[in-house]
Amino acid sequence: MARIRNDYENSWWPRLLRWLETGSSALDDRMEEEMEATHEGHLLPSPEEIAAQEAKREERIQRKLSDELALYTHAHQWSRTKGAKLADWAYRILAVVICLAIIFLLLQTASFLPSFGSPDNPAHNEVSRRYIEKGMEETGAVNIVAGMILDYRAFDTLGESNVLFVAACSVLILLRLSSDKKDLSSVHQLEMEADDRMYEPKNDIILQKVSTLLVPIILLYGVYGVMNGHISPGGGFSGGAVMGAGLILYLNAFGFKKAQRFFTFPVFQAVSACALTFYALSKAYSFFTGANHLPSFISPGTPGNLFSAGLIPYLNIAVGLVVCCTMYAFYTHFRKGDM
Amino acid sequence: MALWQSIPFACILLPLGSAAITSVLKERWAKYWTMFVLVCLVVLSSVFAGKMLAFSGSYTYMMGHYPAPFGNEIRAGQLEAVTALFFSVIMLLSLMGGMKKVEEHLLSDKQSLYYVMLLLLSAALMAQVYTNDLFTAYVFLEIMTLSACSLITARNRGRTLVAATRYMIMNLLGSGMFLLGITLLYDLSGHLLMSNIQQAVAHLAADGQYRMPLTVVIALMTIGLSIKSALFPFHTWVPDAYGYSTPTSAAVLSSLVSKGYIFMLVKLFWRVIGLDVIRSTGILDVLFVFAMVGMVMGSLSAIRQNDVRRMIAFSSVAQIGYIFMGLGMGTKEGAAAAMFHIFAHGVSKAMLFLSAGGLADASGNHKQFRHLRGSGFRSPIAGVAFTIGALSMVGFPFLGGFTSKLNFAMAAMDQSDIRMLLVLAVLAVSTFLNTVYFLKTVITLYRKPLPGIEYPAEKGRRGFCFNASLVLFSLVNIALGLFSQNVMGLITRGLSHFG
Repeated sequence: MARIRNDYENSWWPRLLRWLETGSSALDDRMEEEMEATHEGHLLPSPEEIAAQEAKREERIQRKLSDELALYTHAHQWSRTKGAKLADWAYRILAVVICLAIIFLLLQTASFLPSFGSPDNPAHNEVSRRYIEKGMEETGAVNIVAGMILDYRAFDTLGESNVLFVAACSVLILLRLSSDKKDLSSVHQLEMEADDRMYEPKNDIILQKVSTLLVPIILLYGVYGVMNGHISPGGGFSGGAVMGAGLILYLNAFGFKKAQRFFTFPVFQAVSACALTFYALSKAYSFFTGANHLPSFISPGTPGNLFSAGLIPYLNIAVGLVVCCTMYAFYTHFRKGDM
Repeated sequence: MALWQSIPFACILLPLGSAAITSVLKERWAKYWTMFVLVCLVVLSSVFAGKMLAFSGSYTYMMGHYPAPFGNEIRAGQLEAVTALFFSVIMLLSLMGGMKKVEEHLLSDKQSLYYVMLLLLSAALMAQVYTNDLFTAYVFLEIMTLSACSLITARNRGRTLVAATRYMIMNLLGSGMFLLGITLLYDLSGHLLMSNIQQAVAHLAADGQYRMPLTVVIALMTIGLSIKSALFPFHTWVPDAYGYSTPTSAAVLSSLVSKGYIFMLVKLFWRVIGLDVIRSTGILDVLFVFAMVGMVMGSLSAIRQNDVRRMIAFSSVAQIGYIFMGLGMGTKEGAAAAMFHIFAHGVSKAMLFLSAGGLADASGNHKQFRHLRGSGFRSPIAGVAFTIGALSMVGFPFLGGFTSKLNFAMAAMDQSDIRMLLVLAVLAVSTFLNTVYFLKTVITLYRKPLPGIEYPAEKGRRGFCFNASLVLFSLVNIALGLFSQNVMGLITRGLSHFG
């Protein structure tokens, strides 16, 4: 039995006829229809709907408040009795006493430690001597600190940059607004924007003018700190922090709309993932060749050049990017729960 | 250097590097990728453990182009190999068993972050096991603390947030004390490498120099690590953190994270400071006493609970007491018994948490005992797994828990009379209390449901992964009981090369 079609108008033959008649593609027609439909669906809600939403919200808030009050009275009923109060006092006094005891103990310990700056301290041994005397020659970094943290003890620093990453991810898990909350109606989104704007300067002209001047300088200084980490004081951690501070200042002056033109959540994810993966891969190569005494293409180069000191400048860039992204992510997520 | 000797290095770098990649993947792919990495970790660790069986002694591996006191290094021996194997197996099985629940409890766009945390946690555990450098240990300790904290907050509810806040405060206090200890120790010894510190400390102890700061260092580091691993008076964060987080988190936290800190403590006693110096400070007696009190108090609190997850959490407090008692004996037998208990407890506690999740699912998501009645019939595999885990915890023969209780009793024989009597008496009391609350629960699982309580119509089927994980966990438990002599031999041999 042949299938019965009840939508003859939409089957291909009449569509072909229509196309021949009108000259426009039937597909185009349909797209237009669909676009109109979606457009209509997204019109602003009517005043009644807004009122209903408002009422619902009000009711929810009231309910939450009463719940909280009930919980509060329940929780504090017991602690208002006298015995509990006494226990509370004892607890506080004991806490202070224990803290004082620990402070005293630690101060006492400090007085027994080797005296500060004395040349025959145990910490002045062959390890620090080698760092100071041979550091530049072996790692190629004029800045010995960079050589220490990114070459001698690079494994620690790899862990350290992952501490930053894990901290950023913890904040994301805790504070990031989930996408199902972002699908709220436009009224709610406007409200959230208003909430965000309430405590922040709104188009503050002084802030904007000053940051127009300052932000490029701060960012450049951060980049300089990162790039010259192996030559002069600085490095990935400090330079990255400077860059992050510059970005936060820009965000404060010009708002999320402008900052989102170049720094969104996918950018954050991509940059930190790339930086950390590069770090892990390059260090894996260096550890593996080092431990197995294999030849490696990493060479110290000429100390003092911008591209010298083996992997250190690249690692500094990776660390700087991670630090910068993490700081910015902290700020935006604590402020609004999104980027 | 043979290629297999690079496996510890790969075990650390593989999860560390793949964590960053996981953060950009969609949750489905993040899940598969994490499973793949963890399976790789298990395979690598078992190959390594197999190779290490034939390799006596331990070896060091340079992390970079510079030899040890100048650069970083890791060190591997039999004890490290077998510990890493157990940790990676427990990690994989815990994730497998709780995956469904993770998807249920977490918002979809936060799941990949959860997997990131698990991978970083595995990397940190591996680094903790293999590192030979005190500062590296501290860095990865931080990663462990932070990722463990967000494993709790991942299930975003009021209870878990409070639990995570508590966990954070207590753990950061512990980390702070540990860091303070490291700084003071560096000031006294001038080294961060464990073997060099041991030499320097032995010199200091022989000369009688810096006695007071050294005692403070040992106290700070030991107390810091005991806070982090929930020894008795510092256990208040445990029940909430283990009781309300998603089952995988609870399993990982109780079986791996606290055990990682204890492994670090073993390393501190045996490799960093040296057992003779530790014995002379008397810190072992303090640990011994608190462990004893914890064994009894943890069990007493467990009896009072009427929520199965909180009961298991309090039971962890008691079991941590067992481990610290072994360490507090200050002998090789005691430490070996403690290490064995780390494995036995890790394997069965993770299984208990997962199967309790399954049983609660079959009872309409209630964890109270009166709702759990008859759930052993509604979710047979979870019921059997819970029974096996409970029997192992109680100390039923042929399971891991029996051997570890026996080991503790045997280790006590070398102690002075009072300590021997104390250990035996507390072991007996604690075993009795364990039996009370665990067998009570098992009996509850197989009783007729109370009238008037409705259960969901479908049985607690949780899919292939859940069942497979519980079956594998049960097998590991039984294997640990049957081959306990081999494992003990391995641990004893490992300990003799550990210092």
